[in-house]
Amino acid sequence: MIAIGVIFVVRLFYLQIIDDSYKASADRNVLRVLPQYPARGLIYDRNGKILVHNEATYDLMVVPKEVKNIDTASLCHIIGINNETYNSRLEKARNYSNYAPSIFEREIPQELYGFLQEKLSNFPGFYILARTLRKYPYNIAAHTLGYIGEVNQDVLDNDSYYKPGDYIGVSGIEKSYEKELRGKKGVKIMMVDVFNREKGSFRNGLYDTVSVVGQDLTTTLDADLQAYGEELMKNKRGSIVAIEPRTGEILALVSSPSYDPNLLAGHDRSKNYFKLLKDIKQKPLFNRALMATYPPGSTFKIMNALIGQQLGVLYPSTRFPCSLGFHMGIVDVKCHSHPSPCNLEESIQNSCNSYYCYAFKAIIEKLGAKNTKTSFNVWRDIVMSFGFGKKFHNDLPNELAGNIPTADYYDKIHGTNVWRALTIISLGIGQGEITVTPLQLANFTAVIANRGYYYIPHIVKGIGTSKFIDKKYTTKQIVKIDSGYFDAVLEGMRLVIDAGTGAGGKIEKIKMGGKTGTAQNPHGEPHSIFILIAPLDNPKIVLSVIVENGGWGADWAVPIASLMVEKYLNGVVKRVDMEKKMTEGSVYYP
Amino acid sequence: MREQKNIFSNIDWITVGIYLALVTIGWLNIYASVYSEDHNNIFDFSQIFGKQMIWIACAIVISLIILSIDIKFFPAFANYIYAFVMLLLIAVLLLGNVTAGSKSWFLIGSFKLQPAEFAKLATTLALAKYLSTIDIKIQDIKTKMISFLILGFPAGLILLQNDTGSALVYISFVFLLYREGLSGNVLIIGLVAIVLFLLTLLIDKFIIIGVLAGIALILFFYIRKRRKEIITLIGIFLLTAGSVYMVDYVYNNVLEPHQRNRIAVLIGKETDLKGVAYNVNQSKIAIGSGGFFGKGFLQGTQTKFDFVPARSTDFIYCTVGEEWGFAGSAVVIALYVMLFLRIIKLAERQRSVFSRIYGYGVASILFFHFMINIAMTIGLAPVIGIPLPFISYGGSSLWAFTILLFIFVKQDACRLQLL
Repeated sequence: MIAIGVIFVVRLFYLQIIDDSYKASADRNVLRVLPQYPARGLIYDRNGKILVHNEATYDLMVVPKEVKNIDTASLCHIIGINNETYNSRLEKARNYSNYAPSIFEREIPQELYGFLQEKLSNFPGFYILARTLRKYPYNIAAHTLGYIGEVNQDVLDNDSYYKPGDYIGVSGIEKSYEKELRGKKGVKIMMVDVFNREKGSFRNGLYDTVSVVGQDLTTTLDADLQAYGEELMKNKRGSIVAIEPRTGEILALVSSPSYDPNLLAGHDRSKNYFKLLKDIKQKPLFNRALMATYPPGSTFKIMNALIGQQLGVLYPSTRFPCSLGFHMGIVDVKCHSHPSPCNLEESIQNSCNSYYCYAFKAIIEKLGAKNTKTSFNVWRDIVMSFGFGKKFHNDLPNELAGNIPTADYYDKIHGTNVWRALTIISLGIGQGEITVTPLQLANFTAVIANRGYYYIPHIVKGIGTSKFIDKKYTTKQIVKIDSGYFDAVLEGMRLVIDAGTGAGGKIEKIKMGGKTGTAQNPHGEPHSIFILIAPLDNPKIVLSVIVENGGWGADWAVPIASLMVEKYLNGVVKRVDMEKKMTEGSVYYP
Repeated sequence: MREQKNIFSNIDWITVGIYLALVTIGWLNIYASVYSEDHNNIFDFSQIFGKQMIWIACAIVISLIILSIDIKFFPAFANYIYAFVMLLLIAVLLLGNVTAGSKSWFLIGSFKLQPAEFAKLATTLALAKYLSTIDIKIQDIKTKMISFLILGFPAGLILLQNDTGSALVYISFVFLLYREGLSGNVLIIGLVAIVLFLLTLLIDKFIIIGVLAGIALILFFYIRKRRKEIITLIGIFLLTAGSVYMVDYVYNNVLEPHQRNRIAVLIGKETDLKGVAYNVNQSKIAIGSGGFFGKGFLQGTQTKFDFVPARSTDFIYCTVGEEWGFAGSAVVIALYVMLFLRIIKLAERQRSVFSRIYGYGVASILFFHFMINIAMTIGLAPVIGIPLPFISYGGSSLWAFTILLFIFVKQDACRLQLL
């Protein structure tokens, strides 16, 4: 008997003191670490209107074990399913676990929730679980705001914060401000019994951490202007980018065709996502404002006018001839009929192709034909200082850089030091290899309005209660053109509106400057482009508008930009006929 | 003969003290094993700890009654008591209620009575009575036959109730018979049989038969001069080899599937922690997670939250292990060992043969329960559903063990009155 007693004590000593694995098993048995999700931050427009908020949704949960003697028919009737569906769902839940809750019906509509809640006592085993869902009350700015989705394996592998099933910003602001919006998860350690039923907090919550609510964002968007822009761009492909030049704040960022952002929130998200993704004709998920690249066309003449002056090869009084085009050797660039020869202002007003071929030739040949490459690099350097050919690396994900060709590129195409100004003359009128994004084009307009500087265009102006944003958005980016050279250009742009290619966009009592563009492209009609500054003496808004395959700049882009200005500065649009024509008109595209 | 002053004179307070300690430990641990915020009053009679308190109170009343009954009552009525309980055992087979696969309960209102618990007591009384008859010698074939009949009858009936665990308890009487002169070989043969059985399940039977043959050969050279012993040796060899050969058959065809599983779990052949090995594994986790000083009273999680099955009855020792740790578990073992040694010491000082045999019977039964129950919870024996004396929840078993013990305490207190 003593021997048995000793054997037992030795065995207990082994189990309880030497072998640690039983303690670990005990913790695994009993403790459940439950993440506590904080509410995601809200997103406001610049005037305090809510663009994104969280809405409670209700899932009907079921604990199969507790389902007893219920009026199945009545429950089926309330949530609108038939008896077979009921049985198969219950069976599925049972297969998962008889004791742990499963989702029986997802996202019960708000109006049904109250009714069901009242009747719930008749259905033991069923209860309602509240969750939150992103909601977009204005149905606007889908691309900019972005959406959230379950984290993928890639994120899980690289960031230990996320656990399977967590949500993360996938695109837009939701992605770029993920850390601010998400807040900080907390954990609650619960004890559970053998059936996974919660039995209370572990050590009264000693090891729990409190979740921190996500920070709200104030965007630079003007919800009304954004909505108006989207309305104007209906049935057209293209984009509108509106920037406040004084600050670099993006007032509107329209990409058309768009989609209802609510489609990508909620449980049909993946179904809707693939539907949108499969629409390869419309490409609604494609954010044209940041990712489409176009030749800037005639709008780029302003750039060459500025560079010519800066390099001392062009003066406001300089005149170049135009005989329905620029004809030199094998080069033949056509132009339309206008009074000739023009000075600088008139060349902008009339958008003279010949003028800018001469101007570009003068820029590139400044140091002689042998030094073409050096001159080209000077030109390119100035162009790049406007934000072209590179990414802004701002708070909008997925922007593209566009393309400003390099000297090396031409060496490769034409042979080293073989190419000359005439070889690349189409750059003078914004055609050729050069491509820009609508955002870059709007920023270019802001530089002109500011006479020589810009702030990196950005979409968020306040995080949480503080108005502080990243210093890079409040740092002046000075371009490599002296401010004095902007006068003649701005005067030319005024003439465009008052008596030139953009005359159709004139608004009473608002002095504006603009420039049309027509980007040739291999896919049918040229793209209609327009940049606009308003008011010219005290710029409050600059815009770039691109309507793909819209023909001449004046056809679509000019009226749309003009209506946007009227809306923003006056609040109401009086030119109802023009507005009607634009919103109802549609552009055919191949 | 001395006059008795009151029922408490000459009582062995050590035995009674250990008894009270174990009963209290049982009550507190039953409370802890099912404790919840909703039912935190230890005197809540709707809960099993509240009921256990009633059983304990009744047990104390019963013990007082036993202490006041005339000392000659039990020897005189032993056979009648035995006959009565045997009738109960038969009755429960015909009229009883089935609980957990065993037909061993009478349901009287909300109270469940388990006659098998009382059968041990009755059998001990009857056996003591029979073996204390003058001129009985255990060496006689007839004595052995009658003794085994007294044991075998209730054991068989309990087997029929499908309560194998309770039936196995009757094996413990071997200890008693050994004290009264049964050859020690019976104990040795029994031990060898168990070891061989388990080994055969683990190792190929031909290897074992080979090893046995080797041992027989060595012994043969050692005793080759003595012809009679050689014959015995050959006989033993053939018998063991034959039994080893039979093990597979017994294992697969005689044992019930759940019994097979429990043995398989013990020897490590079956490790399905969610299935058949669940009980033992959870039991070991609960005890193992206790550490040296345990998690503290009411702080156990494995037992309280149902991970350990039968946590207030057969697996009550898990709660002790989890909440009181190594220190508490060892104290409980020490209490039991002290109790057994004390009972044997008291038995040896009895002047009446009946009292001595009875004392050994008490010690044997308690020891067997203790050994199997605790060995089961710490993974040293297969799961056999028998309670831990005085600690496990249950009125029938507590009362039966109390009566068993206190009849002996009474006998001991009055030992000087007897010749």
